[in-house]
Amino acid sequence: MSPAKLLARLGLCFMTFTQRLGAFALFMVSAVLHIFDTRRIFGRTIRQMYTIGVQSLFVILLIGIFCGMVLGLQGYYTLVKFGSVGLLGSAVSLTLIRELGPVLTAIMLTGRAGSSMTAEIGVMRITDQIDALDVMDINSMAYLVSPRVLASLISFPLLTAIFDVIGIIGGYLTGVLMLGINEGAYFYRIESSVTMTDVQGGFLKALVFALLVTSVCCFEGYFTHQRSDSVGPEAVGNATTQAVVISCVLILAADYVLTSVLL
Amino acid sequence: METCLEDAAWDIAFTSLRIGYGEHVVLDKITARLPSGKISVILGGSGCGKSTLLRHIIGLARPMQGSISIGGADLFSLTRRDFRRLRRQIGVLFQDGALLGAMTLAQNVALPLSEHLALPRALVRREALRVLKMVELEDFADFYPHQLSGGMRKRAGLARAIITNPRVLLCDEPTSGLDPVTAARMDALLLSLHAQFPAMTIVSVSHDLMSLERIADYVLVLKDGLLHFAGDLAALKASQDPYLTMFLSRQAATSLGDFSESMDERVVSELAKWFRA
Repeated sequence: MSPAKLLARLGLCFMTFTQRLGAFALFMVSAVLHIFDTRRIFGRTIRQMYTIGVQSLFVILLIGIFCGMVLGLQGYYTLVKFGSVGLLGSAVSLTLIRELGPVLTAIMLTGRAGSSMTAEIGVMRITDQIDALDVMDINSMAYLVSPRVLASLISFPLLTAIFDVIGIIGGYLTGVLMLGINEGAYFYRIESSVTMTDVQGGFLKALVFALLVTSVCCFEGYFTHQRSDSVGPEAVGNATTQAVVISCVLILAADYVLTSVLL
Repeated sequence: METCLEDAAWDIAFTSLRIGYGEHVVLDKITARLPSGKISVILGGSGCGKSTLLRHIIGLARPMQGSISIGGADLFSLTRRDFRRLRRQIGVLFQDGALLGAMTLAQNVALPLSEHLALPRALVRREALRVLKMVELEDFADFYPHQLSGGMRKRAGLARAIITNPRVLLCDEPTSGLDPVTAARMDALLLSLHAQFPAMTIVSVSHDLMSLERIADYVLVLKDGLLHFAGDLAALKASQDPYLTMFLSRQAATSLGDFSESMDERVVSELAKWFRA
């Protein structure tokens, strides 16, 4: 390939990327703004909270308990080398509240709820259901996307909080019940080391991840018909995969940026 | 604007219309008028751009050139508010009904009312049931779309399209994929609708000749990206145009595919093995 062609291709890629980024930004802003001007958003949000929140609860509990148990084990065998096993409560709680809680919850919700959002909206797109809404003068963004965004903004922090608590219990199971750390020291260290700033930071991350994940997943589903790589059901599959991949990358990138700002 | 919409005859006019996707032109130089209060059929072979034209009439896509006006109002020159107001007067039956999968038939049909009007739920449901009765689906009001046949979904889609008493009804292939009896039933429904709402402009996109015979007052024929014929059904039947004659008599094109080349021997032998396996 000649340098000119290579340059042209790079330019095209860059332009496509910026165009898509712009479209995504507009989509996200529009979804948030429609939260405030949509009639009957409350009922739809409750239904979405059931799908995103309640139906994800079991998997969050499962991941949370094992994550806490692993942290307890790893933390114990690291701290015991320095004679600081008493700090296990701090290590487990701060790791969970500041980082792992929001990040793992968001990643799990991307896989469980985000992918289903993309697939559902994508199928609605390829079967003309979204066009039918628009033709009936029902704003499809307000009808489909805004309730999901609002439900995620409520559900993500709540599930993160549950993940944190269950993780701390997991750390307690391995650290205190299995490896014999003093129970009082475990909880005292949690109480003394975790500040409100840590909790607020964790919740802020959960809110940002909620907005990013839901916007990406709904965006990919909503524009399934504009994909250049595939059409029909294959496009829905590709959109779902892409939504999950982009969401996970964005979660980790946003986590780095937020941690830099918060620390 | 309001006066224009309320008083105008609800005809649909295309002026020098060019439509397509991206750079690809699907239809060009379309100038025609679908008369108000009549059933018009847009006819043409598969892939000739009938459904694309319909999407433009609904306002889901913008033309590359030219204009579409409904009731005298140029669709793409209207303000957003007026455009929405105009579109409220248009009911659309999509190819497969486009019913929302998560809702029952009654909820689907009631959607335009429940979303836009502040009416008691019971009244909205009663209206939905009334319209479902018109399309003989009242017994299936609490069924979900996936529990119904294709014909039933289309009739439910029709019920949803007419629940707001629109001035214009657009139907995308209302009889495609249906058995002859169900297709005839769909046509009868459209004729009943026309009898009940004589002012309603009904446009059906189709390649079903039986349906054309039964319902059409006015016909547009599209061919090779151009408007090939526009006129009433009698004029269409009387036309001596070779393509129209061929289309109406269901004759195949004279140049059929090339069947002279035979299958490769290796493929034949492998197929034979596979059949025996």
